[in-house]
Amino acid sequence: MTRACETRDEAQLIASVLAGETQLYYELIRPYERSVYMMALSYMKNEADAEDVAQEAFLKAFHHLATFRSEAKFSTWLVGIALNEARNRLRHEAVMRMESIDDAPEEGGHISPAILRDWREVPSEALERKEVREMLQKAITSLPDIYREVFLLRDVEELNNVETAAALCITVGNVKVRLHRARMMLQKQLTPLLRNMNPKRRWIPWF
Amino acid sequence: MVLDCKHVWDCISGYLDNTLPREMRDLVQKHLDHCEICSAILDSTRNILILTADDLVFELPVGFSERLHARLDEEMVG
Repeated sequence: MTRACETRDEAQLIASVLAGETQLYYELIRPYERSVYMMALSYMKNEADAEDVAQEAFLKAFHHLATFRSEAKFSTWLVGIALNEARNRLRHEAVMRMESIDDAPEEGGHISPAILRDWREVPSEALERKEVREMLQKAITSLPDIYREVFLLRDVEELNNVETAAALCITVGNVKVRLHRARMMLQKQLTPLLRNMNPKRRWIPWF
Repeated sequence: MVLDCKHVWDCISGYLDNTLPREMRDLVQKHLDHCEICSAILDSTRNILILTADDLVFELPVGFSERLHARLDEEMVG
């Protein structure tokens, strides 16, 4: 029985949950627990609030499951709910950070990357160090909202441009522009920090 | 047409995603072949993307699923 459940695909799971097999909802959302939590954390900036927002989002998704349209991707729909939940929570608490669209123009404003002549790759094993993980987390969560959400969906969740545009209700063109800027911001911010892991690298001052 | 460094920086994302038009990609490639600064910027960006996409960066807190399920159990009934 359990094995049979595991092989059911998402559409079947959704139909079953709607038909009253509510326990299958856990199975349906299991692959997305991390994605939803991560999106929530990137907005709320602390684990307790992020967890609360994630729980709320999963609960809302459950109550609105009947409105889910199968032409959309379930993961995109779910992330959209989590984003709304996080944004609403911040709005209610009146702590919406000031890096809104007004302060982060999309067009113009060239982002100069961190300049270096050589780059020795930082291996993934470095992530075993807590301070490296925190450094990356901090860099991502400190990106302005409009860039961070695109970056997380495209480069971390690996949604494509169309899915990302759908989840955020923006155009594909905007996804591309924002993604580029997000990546360049991270390169600029993280490259000097990661350099410190290997002090022998040569640098050119940038003005 | 020869691209300057700043122009190449604007193309880095498209280059990494392989979405540049063929002609532009060739120009960027030509520039990268001889510019060690832009090559290093490209490499560092790619490296940062690999690191930030790693599952280890955003891990679920211990007990997250259990607490989520407990909350859902409580409220799904009503």
